[in-house]
Amino acid sequence: MRWIVALLLALATAPAALAQDRDPILVPEISQHDIVLRQGFTGANLLLYGAVLDPQDRAIEYDIVVVLKGPTEPIQVREKERVFGIWINAETTSYRSVPSFYAMASSRPVLDIVDERTAAIYELGLSYLQLSPSGSINPAEQQRFSEGLVDLRQRQGLYAQYDEGVHISQGVLYRADIPIPSNVISGRYVAETFAITDGRVISSATSEVQVFKKGFELGVEEAANDYAFFYGLFAVGLSVFMGWAAGRLFAMI
Amino acid sequence: MDVYLPIANLAVDGLVIVALGVATGILSGVFGVGGGFLTTPLLIFYGIPPTVAAASAATQVTGASVSGVFAHSRKQGVDYQMGGVTVAGGMVGALLGAVIFNLLRSAGQIDVVINVLYVVMLGTIGGLMARESLESLRHPAGKTSQRPAKRRHHPMIASLPYRWRFYRSGLYISPLGPLILGVVVGILTMLMGVGGGFFMVPAMLYILGMSAKVVVGTSLFNILFITMLVTMVHAFTTRAVDIVLAGLLLVGSVTGAQLGTKIASFAKPEHLRLVLATIVLAIALRMAFNLGVRPDEVYTVVPL
Repeated sequence: MRWIVALLLALATAPAALAQDRDPILVPEISQHDIVLRQGFTGANLLLYGAVLDPQDRAIEYDIVVVLKGPTEPIQVREKERVFGIWINAETTSYRSVPSFYAMASSRPVLDIVDERTAAIYELGLSYLQLSPSGSINPAEQQRFSEGLVDLRQRQGLYAQYDEGVHISQGVLYRADIPIPSNVISGRYVAETFAITDGRVISSATSEVQVFKKGFELGVEEAANDYAFFYGLFAVGLSVFMGWAAGRLFAMI
Repeated sequence: MDVYLPIANLAVDGLVIVALGVATGILSGVFGVGGGFLTTPLLIFYGIPPTVAAASAATQVTGASVSGVFAHSRKQGVDYQMGGVTVAGGMVGALLGAVIFNLLRSAGQIDVVINVLYVVMLGTIGGLMARESLESLRHPAGKTSQRPAKRRHHPMIASLPYRWRFYRSGLYISPLGPLILGVVVGILTMLMGVGGGFFMVPAMLYILGMSAKVVVGTSLFNILFITMLVTMVHAFTTRAVDIVLAGLLLVGSVTGAQLGTKIASFAKPEHLRLVLATIVLAIALRMAFNLGVRPDEVYTVVPL
């Protein structure tokens, strides 16, 4: 119920600032702004919530769409093809920036809320992700690769879409649960919230979540990258020691 | 028991990993193979990125072979001279393997090549072992396995120049043979994340013609040093050694290795060999299916 308290606070402080604005204002909040990747982390459940404040007190019906995106990376997608009876990697496509994580939740199926063009502009939904392939490649092939990528990442839990995943209560408050799997990478995650009426985005707001490693896990990652020699030596030493110790232990039993 | 792996970047069930370590440890204790051929594919199947799986499996194999080397050396079961030659070859092989690994990776075929290698190597060796153990089970009276006098090396080995005496192996052959064998095993270790014992043991027996007494110990000696080097190479090049994953595997495999040596002392060798052959063949078939019928994933993603 923490989110209700935060909302009430937001409601109490917001109206003064937006007295002269005509469009409604979105006040978004996230249940946690830090996700720490460490022992015991098996994924998290983010609660994205907030309120739509209409300065003129009109009773407008809104739809809410929430999009959470992870840091983008340049990647290459390979497609396997059957050549002489075995499946080998054949075609590849490179992408300049692909979100490592993407989740969308909406109060109704996206196409009931907006048209395809708007969905594509705001990247609402997995079918409207703007993946940017580098190099020229024909549209049909590009489509195939993008679908392959989205399908793969969906099964890895990194891409997801929750139609009707946003619950709106009394036309003011909204909330959406977005699960974060354990295999997310570190970086800045941005949550964009859109309030939509009559197929038009009338208000949007962003908030952030930082995903990072800390303590032991950060140390291991830094050691592996910056002190490769000692890290490798330590790994070798550990395995020799454990093998030897087990031998001694069992010899005593 | 949930454990977060900092290099693989995901959470796994620690007990599953330890259990996997125990299984491979038992194999290494019983048969003198490192068990990497089982660890790497199963880790990948569990969702660990392939490079991390191969790198961390190499680290685990080091641990599993240490106690085996000690145990065999107490029984005079390690030919250090022969081991030294194969290790020297293995060092060259591991470095060559790293170069090949990078070439294949930039060509985008590393996973395919690894799969093909697994199918060919495991299929051949598993098939040979299965046939041999079935035959010796069918003719228990025929003393096929106790004919040390008939042991001889491959004619190709005999034709190589500069012969050395390998006293413990009971051989007078050129060191070039074991050196080349070492290079091949080194390449395989780097590419497949395996110790190469499943390849080395039969090669030492049937190609070099080494005395059966020292084959397992010497093979383990070789595996020990090669996997150490491979861990170091991975630490430098792929940076994919996950110490937490390796640690969990090690806890299981060093325990399993001790259990394995106990099992080996009372079980019938023909039965053991048949079991190993079955496991090896099952993995080969699984990978062949993946290669020929339907891959797990048609699309794969690599960072640029």
